[in-house]
Amino acid sequence: MQALTNRSKVVVKKQMNFWERIYLPAILGGIVITIKHLFRKSSTVKYPETKREISQIWRGQHVLKRDEHGAERCTACGLCAVACPAEAITMVAAERVKGEEKLYREEKYASTYEINMLRCIFCGLCEEACPKEAIFLTDRILPTDYGRGEFVFGKDKLVEPVDERVDVTVRQTAAVLEFKKHKQYSHNK
Amino acid sequence: MAKVTIDGVEVEVADGTTILNAARQIGGDLVPPAMCYYSTLKDSGGKCRVCLVKVTAGSAKDPRPMPKLVASCRTPVMDGMVVQNITSPEVLEARKGVVEFLLLNHPLDCPVCDQAGECDLQNLAYEHGAAKTRYEEDRRTFEKIDIGDKIKLHMTRCILCYRCTYVADQLTPERVHGVLGRGDHSEISTYIAKAVDNDYSGNMIDVCPVGALTDKTFRFKSRVWFTNPMDAHRDCPKCSGKVVLWMKGEEVLRVSARKDQYGEVKEYICNECRYDHKNVKDWTVEGPRHIDRHSVIAQGHYERADLITLKKEIERQIEFEKGKPLPEPNPSLTA
Repeated sequence: MQALTNRSKVVVKKQMNFWERIYLPAILGGIVITIKHLFRKSSTVKYPETKREISQIWRGQHVLKRDEHGAERCTACGLCAVACPAEAITMVAAERVKGEEKLYREEKYASTYEINMLRCIFCGLCEEACPKEAIFLTDRILPTDYGRGEFVFGKDKLVEPVDERVDVTVRQTAAVLEFKKHKQYSHNK
Repeated sequence: MAKVTIDGVEVEVADGTTILNAARQIGGDLVPPAMCYYSTLKDSGGKCRVCLVKVTAGSAKDPRPMPKLVASCRTPVMDGMVVQNITSPEVLEARKGVVEFLLLNHPLDCPVCDQAGECDLQNLAYEHGAAKTRYEEDRRTFEKIDIGDKIKLHMTRCILCYRCTYVADQLTPERVHGVLGRGDHSEISTYIAKAVDNDYSGNMIDVCPVGALTDKTFRFKSRVWFTNPMDAHRDCPKCSGKVVLWMKGEEVLRVSARKDQYGEVKEYICNECRYDHKNVKDWTVEGPRHIDRHSVIAQGHYERADLITLKKEIERQIEFEKGKPLPEPNPSLTA
């Protein structure tokens, strides 16, 4: 039969000699390799006791920001969900009623906001699409779990606590910071 | 009959046709945008000024150019008229200015607004407007008003196109809302918050080019691009019964009239169809509505077509993209 490629090799079933047949040299050789590796520098780190250095623009677990008064910034506009290539984001909008002005920034807010972290590819398109500077990806590494259900993150895990703010200044690009300097560009007056 | 040249394209139209309608007979990019003109509402137009065009030759008898840009929705054609729309930088500059004026008091709360995604002003600003505003003053603000129990009025978003008052005047027996005040203080309102409730009042929602009048039953339910628009009809004794169902799964979130490629409703629907039949079983669903592929609503929206009918459908869409009226859909597509 004609070979499809020129990389094919003809298999030869060679008789092993005595030393090869008792396997001892091969086993010893393997042990030597194992022992050598014991004294080498380890290529893994013991997370979470030690943490590997990560880039400044690392994209980890999301955060839903609150504004300076502690009100949720997200207005459930759906732009993050439509930008998401993995279709990981779902939300349900609700109307703010009187008395909730301290809780929600705009007249509409997300009553549920869920990110399926198993679908998410951490591309950061959601924070790029967000017109309200509400969602950011942070330097936090996503915790692991045994079940799949725990990976659907709701607002309880995504919204930052009022007394424990998440710093995202490194995620704001120079262009955005420049834009925010000029008051006349602002939409929320 | 009058022969008129728009952007170098010659077309023969009936006497008394406006420049805008002559351009629509040609179709394509040279059709001026319109925020207040509405073909099915008498006397509409002449208010928003986005349809401004330049007339470089008035007529065959008097070929002098018109001294200023004219509103194409209100100017009738003359034989031998030469019009420039997108070929004239002056027109584009003026239109950019008009968009800036329309946006002066517009709150730009698109992330909150239910109209986002199908908003004429959003499209207009995207195509013609500048990305930045030079306006530093505070915008005018109004309280939200409930017009009846089904319509919400956000006066802050209104651009005063007067379309809704024409709907009330021409479609309903008595008009109970109108424009109060003058100039900068004008606002759409009802007299002492009198409720608008008659059989065709819901059409105000459809004719509104912005999100000033929105359906309260659909308020914040879903963004339009997460819904699935389906053509449907039912036997209605009051109206044609031809509607679009905006569905999410099996649930009908909103019922609206069918709009053509210029965003205009040709067949108005009654309030019973619009509000009282939010069940798929009440409707004969014809199939997915054709959505222009440039629209955000086309995201995740699939129209079923087998390969044989696909060619016909593509030809139909090419006609549509040219701005021609949408030909009859393929019967096999809507089966």
